Amino acid sequence: MRSLRRGVALARDVSPEVQAVATDYRGLAATGFVARGIVVLLAALLGFAYAVRATAPDFRARNRVEAVVLGVLMAASTIAILTTVGIVWSMLSETFNFFSVYPASDFFFGLTWSPNFRGGSDLGFLPLLWGTLYISLIAMIVAVPVGLFAAIYLAEYASPKTRAWVKPLIEVIAGIPTVVFGLFALVTVGPLLRDYFAQPLGLGNSGSSVMNAGIVIGILNIPFISSLADDIINAVPQAMRDGSYGLGATKSETVKQVILPAALPGIVGAVLLAASRAIGETMIVTMGAGAAAKLDLNPFEAMTTMTVKIVGQLTGDTDFAAPETLVAFALGMTLFVITLGLNVLALYVVRRYREQYE
Amino acid sequence: MTDVSAQGPLPLSLLTKDARMNRRNSAETRFRFYGLAAIGLSLATLVFMLWTIFSDGVSAFFQAKITMPISLSAELLDPQGNRNRAEMTKVTTVGYNKLLAQAFAAELAARGIDTAGLKASEITALISKDAAGDLRASVLANPTMVGTTIDVELLAAGRVDGYFKGRVTRETAERDNQISPAQLDLVDRMDEAGLLQSGWNWSFLTNPDASDQRPEAAGLGVAILGSLYLMILVALMCVPVGVAASIYLEEFAPKNRWTDLIEVNISNLAAVPSIVYGILGLAIFINFMGFPQSSSLVGALVISLMTLPTIIIASRAAIRAVPPSIRDAALGVGASKMQTVFHHVLPLAAPGILTGTILGLATALGETAPLLLIGMVAFVDNYPSAPPDGFLDPATALPVQVYGWAQRADPAFIERSSGAIIVLLAFLVVMNVAAILLRRRFERRW
Repeated sequence: MRSLRRGVALARDVSPEVQAVATDYRGLAATGFVARGIVVLLAALLGFAYAVRATAPDFRARNRVEAVVLGVLMAASTIAILTTVGIVWSMLSETFNFFSVYPASDFFFGLTWSPNFRGGSDLGFLPLLWGTLYISLIAMIVAVPVGLFAAIYLAEYASPKTRAWVKPLIEVIAGIPTVVFGLFALVTVGPLLRDYFAQPLGLGNSGSSVMNAGIVIGILNIPFISSLADDIINAVPQAMRDGSYGLGATKSETVKQVILPAALPGIVGAVLLAASRAIGETMIVTMGAGAAAKLDLNPFEAMTTMTVKIVGQLTGDTDFAAPETLVAFALGMTLFVITLGLNVLALYVVRRYREQYE
Repeated sequence: MTDVSAQGPLPLSLLTKDARMNRRNSAETRFRFYGLAAIGLSLATLVFMLWTIFSDGVSAFFQAKITMPISLSAELLDPQGNRNRAEMTKVTTVGYNKLLAQAFAAELAARGIDTAGLKASEITALISKDAAGDLRASVLANPTMVGTTIDVELLAAGRVDGYFKGRVTRETAERDNQISPAQLDLVDRMDEAGLLQSGWNWSFLTNPDASDQRPEAAGLGVAILGSLYLMILVALMCVPVGVAASIYLEEFAPKNRWTDLIEVNISNLAAVPSIVYGILGLAIFINFMGFPQSSSLVGALVISLMTLPTIIIASRAAIRAVPPSIRDAALGVGASKMQTVFHHVLPLAAPGILTGTILGLATALGETAPLLLIGMVAFVDNYPSAPPDGFLDPATALPVQVYGWAQRADPAFIERSSGAIIVLLAFLVVMNVAAILLRRRFERRW
C-alpha cells in the first residue's frame, strides 16, 4: 500500500482492490496538495489584511508580540505538569485495565510470581517487593557508612587542596552510566562473590544474587550520599564547631556530638532520597540480580525486583490485553508511588526538623 | 567531656597524657582513619571497575585478520560474462564462500602450511562467516574487479580471534564444538607463516551489529549513529523548552499556587525512576499516538522529558546568577521586560545554560532503561537513513548495545560490550571536558 502510493514499481502482482484503493489515495493526495496551497494563500492574505488594518499610530505592537511570547514561555513551563499528568494517566488507565482482569487483592497479597502467557498466571507482588527492598537494604548498608564517612572527612579533615581533587573524583562515579555498573556486576562482582563467598560458605552457586546487585547499587549511591551530606555538614555554622573545640572536644567528638545531631534531618533526607534511587534502579538489577522471583533470606540467592519485571514483561512481543503485560503498568504505578512517597517524606523531614541558624 | 570532675581527679599536668587522654586521642585517629578508608574504598572501587572494563574491552579494537590474494574467477561470479550488476547479484554468498574456500586452500598450499588431518570444512571455518558477504558487497560495488586477482583482508573467525586474545585456549577448545585443538595448531602455523595477523579494527566502530554466531563482525556503527540522532533530537527539543520554562519561572512567574505547583513538580520529576519514563513513552507515544516503535524519535521524546528537569534547574541557576543591576539598567533606558530578558539577561546567562545543557545531555547519553521499553533493544543491522526520515527508522543506542551484547551467550560479546563502554565513556569524557572548558572560559564573577 505504502509503496504503491509512492509510485514504486512492485515485483508481485497487485490485486485490483488494492490497486483501486491506491489510485484513489493518490487522487486524494493530489487534491489535498492543491487544497493546502489554497488554504495557505488564504491565510497569508487574511493575515496581511489584518496587519494592514491593525497598523495605526496608537497600536502597541511590542506589547502584543510580548503577550504572545509570554504565552509561549508559560506553555513551556507547563510541560513539567503535563509530564506528570501523562505519567499518572498512562499508568493509571492501564492499571485499571489490569485490575479488571486480575483481582487487586491477589496482586498485592499474592506470594507467588509465575507469569504464563497462556493464561492462569500467578502475579503476586510480594516476592518482587521483597527482592526490591532486600537489594535496597544491602545497597544502603554499603552506601550510607561509606558515603557519610567520606563526607565527614572531606568537610572536616581534608585540606582545601585534597578536597578540590577528591570531591570531583568521587562524583565521577555518579556520572558513569548505570549500564556500566550493570556489566561490572554481571562480569566481575557476581563471579567474585560466587567463587569467594557463596560457594565456600555453601550458600548457593548463582552468579547473579541480591548481594551482587545490592553492593553495586551501593557503590553507585556513595557519591550521591556523600555530596548531599557534605553540603549539609558545611551548612552547620562554624560557631558551633568553635564552641565545641573551646570546651576541649577533639574533632571526632565535635563531629559525633555536635555536627551530626545538627545535620541529622538533612542526612536522613539524603538517605531517603538515596533509598528511592536504589528502589528505582533498573539496569544493575536487570543484569546482576537474576530473574527468579523468590521469598528467601539468603543474600547469595538470585532474586528479582519490580523494575526487572517491568522490563521483562514489556520487552519483546507484547499483547496489551493480557494481564501478564498489563501487570507491568501496575508495577510501574506502585514503583512511582513508592519513590514519590519517599521523596515527599525526605523533603518533609528536611523542612520539619531543620534547625534554623542565623 | 562535660563531667570531667565526676570521673576522678584532674590530671596533675597538662603536659603529661593520662589514660583517658590517650583513649580520646586514639578514638580521634580511628575516626580519621574511617574517613580516609571510606574515600580510599570508593576511589579504589572506581579504579577497579574502570580497569576491569578497559582490560576486557581494549581488545575489541584489535582483530585477527587473514591477508591473502584471491583471484575473482569470472565464470563463478559473473556466469553471463557481461559485468552486469543486476545479473551478478544472483550469485549468493554461497558462491563467494566456495571461492574463498578454494583461494584459502590454495594459499595454504602455496605457503607450504601443513593441513594434514583437517577436513576442508574445518579449514574454512577459520574464516569469519561474514567474510563472504563482505567480499560480495565489495565486488558488486565495483564489478570491474571480476577476473582480476586482488589482495583481501578477511576477518578470522571469532574463536581464532579469541585464541589470539587468550580467551580461547587448547583446554576450552577441547570442549568447544566450534573449534578444535587441531585447528588451533593450524592457526599457530598460519601465524608463523605471516598469513594471520592481529591489527587495529576500524570496523568495530563502523560495522552494524552482527548475529550471535559472528561476534568478530559485530560493530558499533548503527549504535553510534543512533545515539547521535538521539542527542540531536534531545537537544532540539529540550533546549528551547527548558530555557523558555526557566525564563518564565525566573523572570515572569507571579508567586502563586500554580507556580508553586510547577516548582514542586519539576523537583519531583527529577527524582522519578527512569524506567517510569519508559512506561510513559510506551503507553503514550507508541500505543496512544502510534509513533513507530524503536525509532529515534520516540527515544528522544522520552529522554527529553527525563532531561528537561535537569536542564530547567541548571538554566534557572544561570539566569539567577545574572545580577539585578543589569536588568535595572535595561529597564531604565526604556526596554520592556521581555527585551531586557532576551537582549541582556539571556546572552549573559548563555554560557551557564550551555554548560548545564551539555552535562544534561551527557547524562541522557548513558540512559538505558527507558529505551529498552520502547523497543530500541531490538536487533538492528541496517543503518538508519539520513535525517529527517531516519529519525523514524528503527535504531539502537550505545548503552542499549552494551546491554544487548552483555545478554548474548558467547563470551566474545562481553569483550564487545566492554569495548562499547569504552566508546561510550570516551564520548562522556569529551562532553564533560567541553563543559568544564566552557565554564572556565566564560565564568564571570559579578
